[in-house]
Amino acid sequence: MKRSGAQIVWECLTREGVDLVFGYPGGANLPIYDALRDYPVHHVLCRHEQGGAHMADGYARVTGKVGVSMGTSGPGATNLVTGIATAQMDSVPVVFITGQVSSKLIGYDAFQETDVTGITLPITKHNYLVTRVEDIMPSLREAFYIARSGRPGPVLVDITKDAQQAFIENWSYDDAPIGLRGYRPDLRPASARIKKAVDIIHAAKRPLILLGHGALMSNAGAEVREFAEKANVPIAMTLLGIGAVPASHPLNLGMMGMHGEAWVNNAIQEADLLLAFGMRFDDRVTGNLRTYAPNAKKIHIEIDPSEINKNVKVDVGLVGDLKDILRQINPLLGPGDRAEWLEHIADMKGDSAVRDIQNLPDSGHLYAAHVLHDLWRFTGPDTIVTTDVGQHQMWAAQYYRIDKPHKWVTSGGLGTMGFGLPSAIGAKMGSPASEVWTVVGDGGFQMTMPELCTAAQEGVKVNVAIINNGYLGMVRQWQEFFYEKNYTATPMRSPDFVKIAEANGLKGIRVTERSQVEAAIREAQESEGTVVIDFRVEQEDSVYPMVPAGADLHAMIRRPKNVLVETAEDE
Amino acid sequence: MLHTLVVLVENKPGVLNRVASLFRRRAYNIESLTVGHTDMPGISRMTVTVEGDQHHIERLTAYLYKLVNVIQVEDLTEKKMVSRDLALIKVNTGSEKRAEIFQMVEVFRARVVDVTNNSLIIEITGDSDKIDGFVEVLKPLGIIEMVRTGAVAMERGSESLVNEDVLVEMVPA
Repeated sequence: MKRSGAQIVWECLTREGVDLVFGYPGGANLPIYDALRDYPVHHVLCRHEQGGAHMADGYARVTGKVGVSMGTSGPGATNLVTGIATAQMDSVPVVFITGQVSSKLIGYDAFQETDVTGITLPITKHNYLVTRVEDIMPSLREAFYIARSGRPGPVLVDITKDAQQAFIENWSYDDAPIGLRGYRPDLRPASARIKKAVDIIHAAKRPLILLGHGALMSNAGAEVREFAEKANVPIAMTLLGIGAVPASHPLNLGMMGMHGEAWVNNAIQEADLLLAFGMRFDDRVTGNLRTYAPNAKKIHIEIDPSEINKNVKVDVGLVGDLKDILRQINPLLGPGDRAEWLEHIADMKGDSAVRDIQNLPDSGHLYAAHVLHDLWRFTGPDTIVTTDVGQHQMWAAQYYRIDKPHKWVTSGGLGTMGFGLPSAIGAKMGSPASEVWTVVGDGGFQMTMPELCTAAQEGVKVNVAIINNGYLGMVRQWQEFFYEKNYTATPMRSPDFVKIAEANGLKGIRVTERSQVEAAIREAQESEGTVVIDFRVEQEDSVYPMVPAGADLHAMIRRPKNVLVETAEDE
Repeated sequence: MLHTLVVLVENKPGVLNRVASLFRRRAYNIESLTVGHTDMPGISRMTVTVEGDQHHIERLTAYLYKLVNVIQVEDLTEKKMVSRDLALIKVNTGSEKRAEIFQMVEVFRARVVDVTNNSLIIEITGDSDKIDGFVEVLKPLGIIEMVRTGAVAMERGSESLVNEDVLVEMVPA
């Protein structure tokens, strides 16, 4: 059959199972958009390519499928860059397809020409510049394969306009196996190494699992639980590991790292064995590497060999898929008696649960923690929560207790403000039956706020909870702690978010007291379209505990007495 | 210490850029990098000399393998190897220096490949130390211009460094 390059793009996408793309048209990708009419793919018009990229990212994180995002050449492609880097840092499979100026114009600084493959080279798993129509199919097939296999990640395919417009007379889809000689996504550890790991596990008295995003990518939640329960090993989660095992699981201690709970970080420091499952010892998780878990042996299970021994030198590195490897390890595990260790951790936890804000009497003030705790109470375990980046993100991680996998969507590695709303739209479109909330700050929300109208146009219902404290809160917190409260450039005026919602044809609700929180959440749930709730929370509230950047993991700034946050003593 | 790495890559557009960009991004200093064809269709061979301790080189190897187009990485530093660099050196030759220069060319087993009334181009092949030595000798005589290729290297003995698996096209699991 005769097919244009543009048609071949859609032929390939539909064969990859794509029925939804997020993008923005322009001069250099118009042929692709023109050809869309012949194919059963729904296109969501974002308001900025960054938004489209985050939508595809959110879609991919909740569905486990490859997301697709499109942009035109030049500014269209450069606007995608933040979204591409976000997906790269969090290992999210997204295929980005950009239009490029015609091949004969490349290199001549043509209108809307940028070297997009050059720009995105260090922030993609791989990328392609396609200048010939014959190369479109193989490039796209490889792109999807690379994006979803091994350690997933974003792949960009930049297609020149003339390649889109050219025809192939007798085109047919090639479904032969893909040959990539340098690409080994399917490595497996030798059984001797597994044996060595099991011996170390059996000898450990104070083991701890560090559970990361890889556990979700590998769908290894059940295997991790089996491991933990069989060997009596407690679990600490990274920010991106949240949801891999239920927050309510008795062995799940909670989140580790810069804003991890004190007992979790102290347990890491006191452990004699760290079992790193699909995580990468990011600096936000380890603090000072010199003093990190000084007495612990380390076993690292990770699909990306380059992560082994990168930040932390390990005793055993097992390269491969976490689920596969745990299925080999679990039958070899003997029952572990870790009662003493678990009791010790319980002691460290102490009355921390009691001093949690959630259990304090209502004093009339509205704290972010109240809002997030209430949001958790009034929503079900199938609710998807996406976040932006900052204080609200950490409070959400601490107080919204995720019990199911792929329900928690947050930008961890890159820490991309503006991620919350568009990722929620993508998540909702990927999982239409789910209730979707995005928790955002007043700062980050304004970065991608125009996507509200995307939600309105698409008739997509997401609920937006703005934790509005009138500051760039996390930066303000750093200024308070480390820059003598010199609040340079952090006080932020915002528009009337209720009116913003209304201007987009959506419902807006303002909440200033805790007594209004439940009713607002209920109203949002019962409303048909997207709802924006402007939670006016305490302005100078901080996230505790906090490990200052680069400090020892056990050197946490604890919640002080008698400041704005009315909590019991932290000790 | 200086390490000599051999990197087999797919001969695809941009692959040199990907490798060079990796060195820059991960803050490695390339001493020299050469790239050329091999006897295997579609596969190019890079020889990279790079400064670093064992840990740095292990990290670098892992990062190189992360690139989709990189097929195989071998560190020849600790192995018995032949390493060759080629230099073209243009030197000043007043009549009084000429004989001396020709003598040096003889001693170092270099070759004169271009002659004018007052200059010579000398070609020399050898390991980097030999070329460094030759350059030192010529310096006082007046070097006008010099270019070096950077090292290419190969392990001694009858074995091929190439892992035969790389010739097999990979099939998705």
